[in-house]
Amino acid sequence: MSEAETLVAQLVATFPALTGHVTVQRAKRVWIDVDRQAFPEVFRRLAKDLGFEVFCMITGLDEGADLGLIYHLARNDGLMANVKTRCPKGESMQTITSIFPGGGIYERELIDLLGAHIEGLPEGPRYPLPDNWPKDEHPLLKDWRPRDKGAKDA
Amino acid sequence: MPDKKRTVRVPIGPQHPALKEPESFMVDLQGEKISSVALRLGYNHRGIEKGCEERTYMQDLYLVERVCGICSHSHATAFIQAVEEIAGLEIPRRAKYIRTLIAELERVHSHLLWLGVAGHEIGFDTLLMYSWRDRELVMDLFAELTGNRVNYAMNTLGGVRRDIAAEQVPHIQKIVDALEERTKYYIELAMTEETLAQRLSGVGYLSKEDAIRLGAVGPTSRASGADRDTRRDDPYAAYDELDFKVITDDHCDVFGRTVVRLGELMQSYSMIRQILKQMPEGPIAVKAPLKIPAGEAVSRYEAPRGEDVHYVRANGTDRPERVKVRAPTLANTQSVAKMLEDGYLADLPIVVAAIDPCFSCTDRTIAVQGNGDSKTMGWEELVRYGVRWYRDRGVDPSRIKVRGDGLA
Repeated sequence: MSEAETLVAQLVATFPALTGHVTVQRAKRVWIDVDRQAFPEVFRRLAKDLGFEVFCMITGLDEGADLGLIYHLARNDGLMANVKTRCPKGESMQTITSIFPGGGIYERELIDLLGAHIEGLPEGPRYPLPDNWPKDEHPLLKDWRPRDKGAKDA
Repeated sequence: MPDKKRTVRVPIGPQHPALKEPESFMVDLQGEKISSVALRLGYNHRGIEKGCEERTYMQDLYLVERVCGICSHSHATAFIQAVEEIAGLEIPRRAKYIRTLIAELERVHSHLLWLGVAGHEIGFDTLLMYSWRDRELVMDLFAELTGNRVNYAMNTLGGVRRDIAAEQVPHIQKIVDALEERTKYYIELAMTEETLAQRLSGVGYLSKEDAIRLGAVGPTSRASGADRDTRRDDPYAAYDELDFKVITDDHCDVFGRTVVRLGELMQSYSMIRQILKQMPEGPIAVKAPLKIPAGEAVSRYEAPRGEDVHYVRANGTDRPERVKVRAPTLANTQSVAKMLEDGYLADLPIVVAAIDPCFSCTDRTIAVQGNGDSKTMGWEELVRYGVRWYRDRGVDPSRIKVRGDGLA
């Protein structure tokens, strides 16, 4: 059994609901699709018990009514687990900084660029937009247009 | 006397606190020692991810190459690997070798650049002059192999754009030989020169636990004993066919980061020689579609500063739905605050420089404005212009003697 297949078996054994939601894309890439309620437990298990101690980044996606979130984790043997979940726009995700203290900057990026709400994130400066950028404008949302361009279009 | 120490808050930056790169530090000081640091980043945010969604994959390849002026090939390769994975393209082996060759040459120029910057930050400008002189050999080689000293544009969807001719190989070997000899000298210097060791030892301490906890990558994490390297752990391009060692060190300080980068230079020379010897014959690219089928992929790449991670989601058109870029400096800045804590304020420049944050390089042709007309110069002409400019001001570059075989 390959490393990736072993991981699938381990996850499904602990979380039967994940059956059919863990896919092996290639030898070093595993994708895990998990709903928002089960996400914290699955994420914690990967990071704390299954050796995924390398936190790579979070990708945020504008998927219409939801924000798609992919948490990219890796292990020292090179296996990468990409944990996908969805959060309805306007609702909150829990911070991951209790597990990965360095992860805060990626969560701030989600807040600035996609308007995500992150619960429990320690206070700190925004990232990456300037301090005077309007709080309700999130450039990576698909319907966002630069103000000047929008005015011209209208 | 009350023993309560007064905390003084000093804002440093964003205008180039250590390197020519904007970032801001809010430093709390107790006497000369730093008690805490808050970082503010984002001054260089250019909206490249959003820009990628509005351009075709081929245009994006050139855009992501400009994420960084030093490790441009790294970002371009990380991006194109993800697109190729979604499209199901298997690139020719020769293309993989050429990508790897450019990648290792890029590591050489980047590490030599860092060595110079580190020398400069500790007042050892001779080291800056030496290592940047040597780095010119690689930069000129890039111009010869790719047409550009920076932003080489070597990649294309499905392979590479330029082949390496058989007659270029001896020249690459000659340059690698020269650089190896000089790197050996720098290693001897680092190991025996007491002032260097004293200035760098114990400075910017980052324990292995903290490096892992805070997500440090590349030479910064390897100098804290974390045995990680994407080239070995999750191989891409031709790395699975090369023999190399991952250099680690357990000093956990700026001295360790120097030792790791110097060791990596030696590994790069060895890899380049293997590439030149083993490079298979054959085509350098396969035909690629303009429209990429719907799908997603994550690509990892060991850039000189640490791991680049690119995520691409395709939607079946000629433009990506989403491109996400994680550059290694973002990962490493999380550790900088920790490295600075309990250190001296005077160490701030070298500690920040020691993670090797990224900044831009310049172009190789210039337009000279004068009397209303402008003129574009080629490389040879630009060199002659530079020599003339200095000579007119009383400096004769031809009188400067360079040790070695005169390649510089």
